[in-house]
Amino acid sequence: MTVTGFFFFSIAAVVLISAILVVVLRNPVHSALSLVLTFFSLAGLYILLNAQFIAAIQVIVYAGAIMVLFLFVIMLLNLDKEKRVGEKHPLQKAFGIAIAVFLLVALGSIVAAGVLYGNKGIHTEARVSAIGNTKAIAGLLFTDWVLPFEIASILLLAAIVGAIVLSKKEL
Amino acid sequence: MDLVIPKIDVVSLGPELILSIAAIFVLLVSVFLPKGRKDPAAYLSLLGIFFAFVSSIFLWGNPRYSFNNMILVDNFALFFNSIFLIAAGLSILMSVNYLEEQEMSHGEFYALILFATVGMMFMAAGSNLITIFLGLETMSISIYVLAGFFRRSNKSNESALKYLLLGAFSSAFLLYGIAMMYGATGTTDLKGISEYLSKAAYLKDPMLLAGMGLLLVGFGFKIASVPFHMWTPDVYEGAPTSITAFMSVGVKAAAFAAFVRVFLYSLWNLQPDWNHVLWILAVLTMTLGNVVAISQNNIKRMLAYSSIAHAGYIMIGMVASSELGTSGILFYMLAYAFMNLGAFGVIILYGRKGEENLDINDYSGMGFKYPGLALLMTVFMFSLAGIPPTAGFVGKFYIFSAAIKSGYIWLAIIGVMNSLVSVYYYLRITVMMYMKEPVKEFAGLKWSPSMAIALIIAVIGTLLIGIFPSPYLDLARQSVQLFM
Amino acid sequence: MIPLSYYLILSAVLFTVGVIGVLVRRNAIVIFMSIELMLNAVNLSFVAISKHLDSLDGQIFVLFVMTVAAAEVAVGLAIIINLFRNKETVNVDEINIMKW
Repeated sequence: MTVTGFFFFSIAAVVLISAILVVVLRNPVHSALSLVLTFFSLAGLYILLNAQFIAAIQVIVYAGAIMVLFLFVIMLLNLDKEKRVGEKHPLQKAFGIAIAVFLLVALGSIVAAGVLYGNKGIHTEARVSAIGNTKAIAGLLFTDWVLPFEIASILLLAAIVGAIVLSKKEL
Repeated sequence: MDLVIPKIDVVSLGPELILSIAAIFVLLVSVFLPKGRKDPAAYLSLLGIFFAFVSSIFLWGNPRYSFNNMILVDNFALFFNSIFLIAAGLSILMSVNYLEEQEMSHGEFYALILFATVGMMFMAAGSNLITIFLGLETMSISIYVLAGFFRRSNKSNESALKYLLLGAFSSAFLLYGIAMMYGATGTTDLKGISEYLSKAAYLKDPMLLAGMGLLLVGFGFKIASVPFHMWTPDVYEGAPTSITAFMSVGVKAAAFAAFVRVFLYSLWNLQPDWNHVLWILAVLTMTLGNVVAISQNNIKRMLAYSSIAHAGYIMIGMVASSELGTSGILFYMLAYAFMNLGAFGVIILYGRKGEENLDINDYSGMGFKYPGLALLMTVFMFSLAGIPPTAGFVGKFYIFSAAIKSGYIWLAIIGVMNSLVSVYYYLRITVMMYMKEPVKEFAGLKWSPSMAIALIIAVIGTLLIGIFPSPYLDLARQSVQLFM
Repeated sequence: MIPLSYYLILSAVLFTVGVIGVLVRRNAIVIFMSIELMLNAVNLSFVAISKHLDSLDGQIFVLFVMTVAAAEVAVGLAIIINLFRNKETVNVDEINIMKW
């Protein structure tokens, strides 16, 4: 096994185990902490995929900002362990798992081929590493993709206004 | 590395820019308005909507790509823009007094409606999956908040939570579909995808088909098609009524705009594959919506199921996959906007804080006590049921005849049978209003100028489109000409 | 060199775990976290495909997905806090004035 292979399989194992723990653990705080672990290890996979900028913002935005918000809210609400998991709705649970397994088989068999026929782009690995991953992304973001970038700013403004409207004590 | 800035064509963004600026203005101005008297904010937003409408008219007939093919401002997008603006404008007019009565009059409400409208416009104009996705999220996030805007009401909270969880769940599916599309074709540009598929060599690529299926699930959630409709009744029932009206028209129209653009344009070469699925979904959606609507006793829930059924009729236009079918969709959406907003307007006017009068039995005897309001409701119910001479009839007529012309005779027959079923529950309200004794006392209506204007616009729209449909049908035809 | 299909399969499995979480769990916050898992699975697909196709579009897409996820979480948690203030619960089974 090559070095990258070793890294891939160990990180993938961590990703999977921690993702399953998110779903299985009863205590929301534990779920949130294993989600943090999932996010961190995904950042590792992004580095293996040569996407350093995405790896960095994965840690900063996801593991940093988003999960802190989750943990903050869980602790603020002082949630207990979830009771009655699966007791009230065994049928629903079975149904959910059946759908999910079907989805897994369908998606898995489709992606397992792993052949992409799509048109190749111009950003080969050599080219990107000559420019630098972050710089290359920034270059695209502020030229070809500038409109989505601006829409994202409207989206964030709407989200800020919305979050304040909903959670402020006195409006 | 040199940066080549693409041509910035600000004019093509006119309506979106005007609305965003208006929304920010509304936020700023409402800070200085006295508590509980925020109606100037509403009028300011209406002004923004008016100017956005004007700028849409100026862009008409001059299709152009801009921002590196991120958006395509063509008549199709502009036609939908006018539907969104009508929906937003009428919902705002209906909200002014409603919010004051519920003691929830805040400027942010109107700003969020405007932000949601901006998102819808980007969905209709988007010619790249990223623009459509971001537009969809801008719209959805604003609507999540608006659905939960009555913060003290448990029902409103519940509606927001359900919409949020299922909406986010469905956008994950949509996103996975986009990822697979990207993997299979190497681009997220709608034109690029369509050019790639025109080579026909890779049409059986499983990843492509899976991507298409996931996109179908994602859009299916937003248009409330069976089997992705479970959220609709609860969300529609719990949300503030003016927001329910806005959701049932605006969100549905925006989702259909993107759905049509992606499936009938980009994935046109896969049409034989998706057509069967859509056929089945259309039948299920119509039938389930209509059958379940019969047994509803809450009028908002009934209209929620009715909106599911209407999504089914509109899907027939997509199955027909012809120019006639697509222009039928546009026409139907316009007609639906007027009649549905009108019906919700009557519901708002007939209720008050603590006494919402949402049970269907509350409508009995309304014809004697408030003849004017009952007459309006009758027009809207007739139109929703598809009885001439209303807009609903003409819309259904065009959609069904498009289906027949494309050879889907059975589909048209099922559609007609469904609209016969729907006559039962729409007319039930009319019968209640005119043929039953009132069951309870009601303290009188609180007419307000803005609500009166909204209802008058809605009823004029419903009748005008129903009696003189041809100019609107021409507009709808012009909107799809460049399309296929 | 890891084949692309490994990444895509990992992403499909991760997505499925997220779907199971949404369908099985009853705590609104945990459901929300499962949705984040699904979004991350999609992100992984995007980055892997982006590398394979020599195009950066996928990575830019991921950037926007993260933006959207952050906005959705902010609004979503505000809704959940609001609900908790009124009802003292985040269990979706107890949130049922209206039938599902």
